[in-house]
Amino acid sequence: MLEFLKHPWPWYVAGPLIGLMVPALLLLGNKSLGISSSLRHICAACVPARIPFFQYDWKKEIWNLFFVAGILLGGVIVANFLQNPEPVKVNPALVNELENYGISNFQGMVPVEIFNWNNLLTPSGLVMMVIGGFLVGFGTRYAGGCTSGHSIMGLANLQLPSLVATICFMIGGFLAANLFIPIILK
Amino acid sequence: METRSFRETGKELSVSTNTDFEVRSLDAVDVHESEQTKPFLNNLKYLFAGIIFGIILVKAEVISWFRIQEMFRLQSFHMYGVIGSAVVTGMISVWLIRKYKVKTIYGEPVTFVRKKLNKGNIYGGLIFGLGWALTGACPGPLFAQIGTGATVIIVTLLNAIAGTWVYGKFRDRLPH
Repeated sequence: MLEFLKHPWPWYVAGPLIGLMVPALLLLGNKSLGISSSLRHICAACVPARIPFFQYDWKKEIWNLFFVAGILLGGVIVANFLQNPEPVKVNPALVNELENYGISNFQGMVPVEIFNWNNLLTPSGLVMMVIGGFLVGFGTRYAGGCTSGHSIMGLANLQLPSLVATICFMIGGFLAANLFIPIILK
Repeated sequence: METRSFRETGKELSVSTNTDFEVRSLDAVDVHESEQTKPFLNNLKYLFAGIIFGIILVKAEVISWFRIQEMFRLQSFHMYGVIGSAVVTGMISVWLIRKYKVKTIYGEPVTFVRKKLNKGNIYGGLIFGLGWALTGACPGPLFAQIGTGATVIIVTLLNAIAGTWVYGKFRDRLPH
């Protein structure tokens, strides 16, 4: 059993499990699956700066902060007990492409050649980590949700805005992965 | 509208009366509020749900930068399979909850919110898409990646919080 859990889970196991988070949260307390809002609650709690957007009772949304703390702990648990010893198995075409950028370590969730503390202030590190993170936080709030809030919860609830947002997530991602990343990492 | 009146009067709205203007209806989440007041420790169940969710996200490799690159290069079905089957499972669940009017564990009705389409779904969506491919992470995976030991992602998360803050600061001037 433990051996099975340590292997990467196939999509047809993981996908439905992720989908089940939707009814789980609804039944636990009428909560809509969504994560990017936690970033807003952190702003409201720590640096509201009299900005109207952050003037609300974030304590009422504290379940969301417990939820993201849990996600972090989930990562800790996997890293300590359920770690897959093998590097991630990706398409050989991607392996070849990434080798051109000096990425050859496929262990872990992010390529250590780029995502490390020493690389933080290099041009590629700045774009990938600093600007990338900024775009994630700015874009999700502007769009009104992220992959969980729109692409899973919103689509599950048949919301047109969520479909529009999801299509735009994909367009943005295709542009960045195919046009920008090759330039940034060259 | 309300934002304007807020400026004109220059009065600080109290936290309880200010329901963050029209944004709540535009936002994907945090629109639900329980009628009952529950002990603080009841939030632990969301911590537990988060732990389960975090484990699934890591084991499904959907928080892997490599898997995200594969997805956006159409080199693998994996991510599409995960997201697609998650959506279908979620849809069936929502349909069942609606059809049988299933209540929460506290006996409260489950409510759903309609979202209004706005330009932010497009502009914000495109911006987030760029960030998703660069970092290999959406907000949830940022937390999970840090948990797996990629400590430098703390910087990415702090910048995501900064991005959210800057959006809040300038949202009146952005097209919606």
